[in-house]
Amino acid sequence: MQKLSLRDKIKEARISAADSFRGGKLMSSIFRPGSPFRKGYVDSPRNRSYVVMNNVLYHLHPVKVKRHGVRLSYTLCLGGLSFFLFIVLTITGIWLMFYFRPTELAYVDIQNLQTSIAFGSLVRNMHRWGAHLMVLVVFLHMSRVFYHGAYKAPREFNWVIGVILLLLTLLLSFTGYLLPWDQLAIWAVTVGGNMAGYTPVIGAQAKFGLFAGLEATTATLLRFYVLHVLFLPFIIVIFMAVHFWRVRKDGGISGPL
Amino acid sequence: MVDIPEHLLLRSAEARAKALGISVEQALAEMKGETEPTVVAKDPEIKVIDETPAPAAETPEAETPEAETPAPAAEKPAPAAETPAAETPAAETPAPEAEKPAPEAEKPAPAAEKTAPAASKTDTPEEVDFAPEVKVTQRLLTVVKAKPIQKPVAEPVDKVNTWPHLMLPEFVSLMAMTAFLILLSAILQAPLLEEANPNVTPNPAKAPWYFLGLQELLSYWDPQIAGVMIPLVLGVVLWMAFPYIDRNPETHPSKRKFAIMFYTFFLAGAGVLTIIGVLFRGPGWNWTYPWIDGIWFDDLLDWIHFE
Ligand code: HEM
Repeated sequence: MQKLSLRDKIKEARISAADSFRGGKLMSSIFRPGSPFRKGYVDSPRNRSYVVMNNVLYHLHPVKVKRHGVRLSYTLCLGGLSFFLFIVLTITGIWLMFYFRPTELAYVDIQNLQTSIAFGSLVRNMHRWGAHLMVLVVFLHMSRVFYHGAYKAPREFNWVIGVILLLLTLLLSFTGYLLPWDQLAIWAVTVGGNMAGYTPVIGAQAKFGLFAGLEATTATLLRFYVLHVLFLPFIIVIFMAVHFWRVRKDGGISGPL
Repeated sequence: MVDIPEHLLLRSAEARAKALGISVEQALAEMKGETEPTVVAKDPEIKVIDETPAPAAETPEAETPEAETPAPAAEKPAPAAETPAAETPAAETPAPEAEKPAPEAEKPAPAAEKTAPAASKTDTPEEVDFAPEVKVTQRLLTVVKAKPIQKPVAEPVDKVNTWPHLMLPEFVSLMAMTAFLILLSAILQAPLLEEANPNVTPNPAKAPWYFLGLQELLSYWDPQIAGVMIPLVLGVVLWMAFPYIDRNPETHPSKRKFAIMFYTFFLAGAGVLTIIGVLFRGPGWNWTYPWIDGIWFDDLLDWIHFE
């Protein structure tokens, strides 16, 4: 055996340490058999199945999917991106909640966020542009589904759930629009709320319910805040779960055309 | 030799009796080696004759019948067939009759000679014995096509592993989207106007961009129609019911031209209305040209000032 240089010795020690860590009790308790993070993972069809099967993602993805469905040109990943954007918005949104009070102080809080908090401006921008982007992407996803005729039997009901998801997305965006409590926010919401007032028969009640009064006030702000950070995300997550579940139960992705 | 249970022996004797047209007792006796086997020539076996131009009758090696023990020939005909034909006349007999190997293959050559008496002994119909060495003990009743017994309900689909073929592209698009969003947020500042003031109405007051198409409609039509009936009835109820209205099962675009046209018109209409609402409407909701009068759209405040 040849004599190892110090550098080789360190390298060897590092590799064996990494190996025994990956093979150790801690890692095997975290990652279930078949995980690429475990020691001894080899790329085999069996392990490829295990990656999904022994993973929480099994709740979203089956072990195998139709070949044409993974072509990026088929779904354009638009449904997936809608979901990713929702996750990004949840993360940035929770971060924003640390610095925001839905009261007369709301406007000041946003100002402070932008000027005196590290990354405050960036995270606020990400949340806002991400919200616009999500509306756009969900809309594009719906168009993709339409042009593929992917709403046809047996997927009719998933389309219905999809329309509900679109409405919830719009409502989330709309309720968030009021929260900065600036002139843009209050008047955009006033325009929208006044539209609700034109509903036949129950117009006045609808408007009153939305505004928590006759016009947009800080009571409206609190109402929209609760809807925006708690109620609507809660509902949309439930509908998303049903939506994804139905995609699988309806036989996976539709097509090919 | 292994003892064959009586009931199985009886069953095969019955089958043999039926096939040869002899009595069950005689078949049983033949199978036990007590009497000479009945030999009947049948045309389905012609094939066998073709392959072996009656070697049994001609070969001088007829004296070596005992060398070819019947059992191996019956149990594994393949090796027997491989040995030179001259030595193995027995191999060419329709050997695969496991039930009664002993009498049948025992003495092939003598059998050929004794065929005639054997046939006359039994009450088989008068048949010309073209190939006496071929002993027919079974018949082909039917030909079963090589098809699976179970009918597959669904055709197999071409599938690939989710990992890595789907999850990797998903991960890449997630990363690309995140990078795009961070970049956008670093460049483009989200608007923050003066603090909300219910007493100062901006002119124009615009809804978020995704409602601007509706707001534009609102300027043409009665608010009850444009603001409520169209979004609620058309936008929600009809749109949800759409898969139940469109009963055409085709998915290929060439077979659903109307639906494609319908949606494309809807998209174009919504797009045009939204663009008008965003770019071409100024104070008092009057028509303005963005390149002459400027843009009234505070959502992109930073971008507008940047220009
Ligand atoms: C928050 C909004 C939404 C999310 C997160 C979402 C997510 C998804 C995902 C991940 C898929 C898998 C296939 C793909 O990526 O294209 C999918 C499929 C589908 N979505 Fe959505 N979706 C949303 C909104 C909608 C809307 C607005 C509609 C229609 C009105 C819709 C109708 C459908 C249908 C019918 C399918 C099955 C498509 C197929 O099998 O090809 N979804 N959705």
